[in-house]
Amino acid sequence: MTELLNIRDLIKTYGTGEAATHVLRGLSLTLETGEMAALLGASGSGKSTLLTILGTLMKPSSGNYFMLGQDLLSANDAELTRFRNRHIGFVFQFHNLLPDFTALENVVFPSAVREGRETFAARQRGRHLLVRMGLEARVDFPTAKLSGGQKQRVAVARALMNRPDLLLADEPTGNLDRASAIQVMELLREINQDEDTTFLISTHDEKIAATCERQILVEDGVATG
Amino acid sequence: MLYALKIALRYLTASKAQTALLVLGVAVGVFVFIFMSALIGGLAEFILARTVGDIAHVTIEAENNDPGVLIAPDGHVLIVTQPGRMRTASLAQADAFIPLIEAVPGVVAVSPQISGAGFLTRGAQVSQVTITGVEPGVESAILNLGSYIIQGSARPGSGLIVIGSALAEDLALSVGQTVRLQSTSGVAAMLTVTGIFETGSPMDAVRAFVSLPTARTLFAMPQGITQIEIKLTDLNAADSTAVRIRSLTGLDAKSWTEEAEQLKQALNAQAQTGYFLKTFALITIVIGVASALMLSTYRRRPEIGIMRAMGASRNFVIFVFVAQGALIGILGGLSGAGIGYLALLPFPTRDAFKAGTLPLDIAQGSYALAVTLTVVGAILASILPARAAARVDPATAIGQ
Repeated sequence: MTELLNIRDLIKTYGTGEAATHVLRGLSLTLETGEMAALLGASGSGKSTLLTILGTLMKPSSGNYFMLGQDLLSANDAELTRFRNRHIGFVFQFHNLLPDFTALENVVFPSAVREGRETFAARQRGRHLLVRMGLEARVDFPTAKLSGGQKQRVAVARALMNRPDLLLADEPTGNLDRASAIQVMELLREINQDEDTTFLISTHDEKIAATCERQILVEDGVATG
Repeated sequence: MLYALKIALRYLTASKAQTALLVLGVAVGVFVFIFMSALIGGLAEFILARTVGDIAHVTIEAENNDPGVLIAPDGHVLIVTQPGRMRTASLAQADAFIPLIEAVPGVVAVSPQISGAGFLTRGAQVSQVTITGVEPGVESAILNLGSYIIQGSARPGSGLIVIGSALAEDLALSVGQTVRLQSTSGVAAMLTVTGIFETGSPMDAVRAFVSLPTARTLFAMPQGITQIEIKLTDLNAADSTAVRIRSLTGLDAKSWTEEAEQLKQALNAQAQTGYFLKTFALITIVIGVASALMLSTYRRRPEIGIMRAMGASRNFVIFVFVAQGALIGILGGLSGAGIGYLALLPFPTRDAFKAGTLPLDIAQGSYALAVTLTVVGAILASILPARAAARVDPATAIGQ
C-alpha cells in the first residue's frame, strides 16, 4: 500500500484570547491507499473538525497536510475546489442531498460540475452506482420521496461518482436504524475492496467501527491508532 | 455553464408560485415602463401636432433693408427715412432657390408666400386681417387648411378669398358673398368668399388666404415674395435642416424651435418626467429581483454548501444565481412587453389622436429597450445575491 495522505502537527483553534477553543492540538495522521479506517472519539473531540480539514473545506490554524504529494494548505480556493471534486468524496450524517433534484441527478452532480454538463457516461455510472446501492427502482425519484436509508445510500453513490481517492464519512449511519446502518456499512466495505478507495469513517458506534480494519481514536485533539 | 443554467432553471421551477409572482412583479414594472414611454411619446406627438403641426418647420423671411440715411460731410446724420407701414422687403430671387430647397433631404413641402396686413370691409363693417398669399395647389402644404374647412373649399383661386370662421361671423359673411380687401399698400380688390375655416385658434378671427397673384396685386409686388415656409418629415430635424438651407442658399432660414423655446422646454421637462418614472420602474424591478434572490440565497445556504463541498466553484455558484436573475428578467421583460403591447392596442394611433383621450402611441412603447434594460437590470440585481452565495462557507453551511 502507498501513502495517500499525511498530516503533521495539525492545530485548530476557534476564537482568540480567553475565548479560544483548542480543538486539534498537534494531530498527526497517515492514511494508506485502500485503507478503511474508523475515526472514534467522544462528541467535541475534534472528529468533525478533522474531517472538515481533510476534506479541504476548512484550513487548520497550523500544521502540514499533504495528499497525493500535494501541499493542500498552500493551495488557493479554486485549486482546492478542483482537488476536492476529483479526489475527495463526502458522506454526511444528514445525507445533504439537493432537495429539488432526483436521485440520479444528485449522484451525477460532482461529475456534471466538473464537465459542465451531465454526460452520457456520467449518467451511466450514476445509474450503475444507484443499482449497486439497491436503488434501481428509485433512480428518477425526487429525493424528497426517499426514505432516510435510501437517501443515505444516494449520498454514498454521489460521493463515489468521481472515483475519489478518499471518502470521508461523518457519522454516515448515525441517523439510520440498525438494519440500514449495517446495509450502508456493507456497501462501503464492498466499494473499498472493489475500487481501492480509502475510507475514513467517523462514528460513535463501536460495532460499526469494528467493521473497519483500523480504528483511530481522537482524544484531546490528538489521534492515536 | 450549461449545467449551471439547468440548476438555475430547476431552482426557479422548484418554487413555481414564488417565481410566478416575481416574474409578474417584473412584468408590471416593464408594463409601467412601456405605458409611460407610449404616453410621454404620444403626448409629445399630440402637443407637437397641435402646436407645430400647422406651422412651418423652417421659415425664410425677407430681411427689411436698413433705413436710408443722409450723412453730412462732417459725419452728422441729416435725414433718416422712416420705413413705411407696408412691407417692402422681399425675397427677389426666391424662384431660383425653391428647387434647391425642395431637393434638401427631409423637405416635404415648400410654400412661397406673400403676407402682410390689410382690412376686410363689408358694408360699414371693417376688420383688420393678416393676408397670406399662397400658390394655388399648396395652400394646405403648411397649415392643413383643407382639414379645417367648414364651408366651401380651401382653394383661394383668382378673385377668391378663404377666411376664418370668427371673421366670417364678425362680418356676417358666408361662402359666395363678395368682400372688399384693402392692403396696407393701399391697393384694394373685390373678392368672393370661397371657403371658411375653423381651427379653434385666434387665427380664425384675423387670417385670410388669397392666391399668390392676388397678393402680388394687393401688395404691389410684381416680383419676389415675402417668405418661404417649409415643412419637414421630421420636425426634430428642423435645426439641422435650417442650417443646411442657410449654407445652401445664403438666406436667413429659421427653425421653428427658435420661436418656440418655451414649447421645447415644456417637452423636455415632460420627457425628463418620463425618464424619472421609467427609472423608478426599473429600480423597482432591480430591488424586487435582488431581494427575492437574496432571500433564495439565504434559504439555499445549506445546498450551496453541499455544492461547494462536491466541487462546485465559486464562479459556478455565481452563474447559478445570475442565470436566475437573467431568466426572471427575460420572462418578466417579455411578458411585460406583451401585456403592454396588448393593453395599448385599443388606443387610437398617433394619426387619430383626439382631444380628451389619452394620446398613447403604441409605436413609442420602447419594447426592445424595456426588455433589454430589464434583463440587464435583473442581471445586475442578481450579482449581489450571487456574490453572497459564492461566499457561503461550505463547512458552516452544511452544519446548519
